[in-house]
Amino acid sequence: MLNFMAKRLFVAVLVAFTVSVIAFSLLRLSGDLATVIAGEDATAKDIEIIRKQYGLDRPYYIQYLDWLGAGLHGDLGESMFYPEKVTTLIKSRLPNTLTLACFGLIFAMGLAIPMGVVAALRPDSWVDRTALTVAVFGQALPGFWFALILMFVFGLFLRWLPISGSDSLINFILPAVALGYYSTPAVMRLTRTGMLEVLNSDYIRTAYAKGLPTYVVLFKHALRNAIIPVVALSAVQFGNMLSGAIVTESIFQIQGIGQLTLESISRNDFQVVQAVLLLVACIYIGLMLVGDLLNAWLDPRLRVN
Amino acid sequence: MATTDGKAMAAGSAEMPDPGKWPSVESVTQPDRFTMFARRVLGHRSFMFAATVMVLLILMALFAPLLAPHDPLGQDLSFRLIPPLWDAKGNPDYLLGTDMMGRDYVSRLIYGARISLLIGFCAMMISGVLGTVMGVCAGYFGGKVDMAITFLLTTRLTLPVIMVALALVAVAGGSLKTVVFVLGFLLWDRFTVVMRSATMQIRNLDYVRAARAIGCSTRRIIFSEILPNILGNLLVIATFEIAHAILLEATLSFLGLGVQPPTPSWGLMVAEGRDYMLFEPHLVMLPGFAIFILVVSINLLGDGARDIFAPEHRN
Repeated sequence: MLNFMAKRLFVAVLVAFTVSVIAFSLLRLSGDLATVIAGEDATAKDIEIIRKQYGLDRPYYIQYLDWLGAGLHGDLGESMFYPEKVTTLIKSRLPNTLTLACFGLIFAMGLAIPMGVVAALRPDSWVDRTALTVAVFGQALPGFWFALILMFVFGLFLRWLPISGSDSLINFILPAVALGYYSTPAVMRLTRTGMLEVLNSDYIRTAYAKGLPTYVVLFKHALRNAIIPVVALSAVQFGNMLSGAIVTESIFQIQGIGQLTLESISRNDFQVVQAVLLLVACIYIGLMLVGDLLNAWLDPRLRVN
Repeated sequence: MATTDGKAMAAGSAEMPDPGKWPSVESVTQPDRFTMFARRVLGHRSFMFAATVMVLLILMALFAPLLAPHDPLGQDLSFRLIPPLWDAKGNPDYLLGTDMMGRDYVSRLIYGARISLLIGFCAMMISGVLGTVMGVCAGYFGGKVDMAITFLLTTRLTLPVIMVALALVAVAGGSLKTVVFVLGFLLWDRFTVVMRSATMQIRNLDYVRAARAIGCSTRRIIFSEILPNILGNLLVIATFEIAHAILLEATLSFLGLGVQPPTPSWGLMVAEGRDYMLFEPHLVMLPGFAIFILVVSINLLGDGARDIFAPEHRN
């Protein structure tokens, strides 16, 4: 186990390092930053001044090492728009995004796991087919459109729920549904396949044969085993939600890192953009690592290789 | 083969009383491969449904100039926000009314199919070539090549697609071409994953070994032994990736960092109609529904293709 953990950790660090190079260079390779920051009517002299001011006249690798070195000490530079450090900005916005993603995940799991279990209990029944149809349709719904429909129906038409802001937890209900539904099909399918496989195994037959009540067999024996891959998938889905939050937050006006990224992109505030990219990627790497380790801990066969 | 065997058997059995009374040999033997294939395709209901919708949508995109009653870009502010025909104030010239710039909504919806299909297909071509090359190389060569490509794949998977795409489009300037390239260079992951495992499964099968033993070049083995045998999988992933690219394009355009106005992209149309959602909900509903229908049909097509070409990958 220790050996396995060390290997995974090494790969994770290597990936994080590569991502930092990518986050840094993507924004530099695709155009001349100084020209973009200066705006359309800037003269060549203005551009030159900006280039000096932001240190963009230095070689790329020096700029990168500078950024990375400071980043490792918890300083990712200053925003070009707000008079604040990028890290302070992110720290103030991150809680909203995390709340949103947590609620989204709870919604997705709460809907998908029961659906998957029921579908697996009666394969090819109407329940199963309905669940699969819902999954097919759910995956084709454009997220932003679904969010607008939710907003229209529950916010503007029925007036049940607030449609913008992040003051109280009630504000997070609609956005969480809009963000979470996209993960349900994948989780549902995996739960269903896992349950189907487990239900056909010998130990379930033994459990039934020794006279255990159905609910004990289902929840204590079957679901606990079928849920293992779902746990790892949910870690990945949580990461997806962090980046998907950019759409949801902009629609529901939630001051989270998604909103911050979108604003920073349109304001050419590249310090913030590359910092957020790096942060989200690192959270994702962390989640994948946790998912891997969790799986390996629960299922020792995975530790080999 | 089956037919001749059957005839030989029928002729060989002397006890048979009157060959005329038995069903003719041709009718009992299996139909040829093409008929079998056609039956499998035609018998798959959701596949046929999706295929019909797709053909109609593609025809609509191809013949948009003939079908659209008005110029999709022609603005006329005196005709702005005309409600659709089912409303009492509708104008028979504008079937689904006009948008806030006075542009005919039907025409914009019809031309929107072009943008979605074009971007979806082109982005998939780029990501498909990239992903397949990487996946096949990783699967066939294994070892260090595999390690390097798997590392690239892991790195790509940690990058938040929407954020990276938005940032890149913002820097490079939003246009159809930028969106295609950005999506093409971001969405190769699933191709690589599937092509890698498919190649690994067949690289040590007898026919590939035989090809290697008689001294075929690596290129020839990959192109004439490996690729034809993973084509089914490739087709399935390609369909799903078109749908994926279409959804992402719509999202980027909705956020204002994809296809730029006045181009009639469905995602952009939802964004433009958003401010009028309360009183003119159809401005948001119709383009969104169009995306939904297109993506559902492509996904059903992919599901069907998987049942038909690669049944072992169900679930």
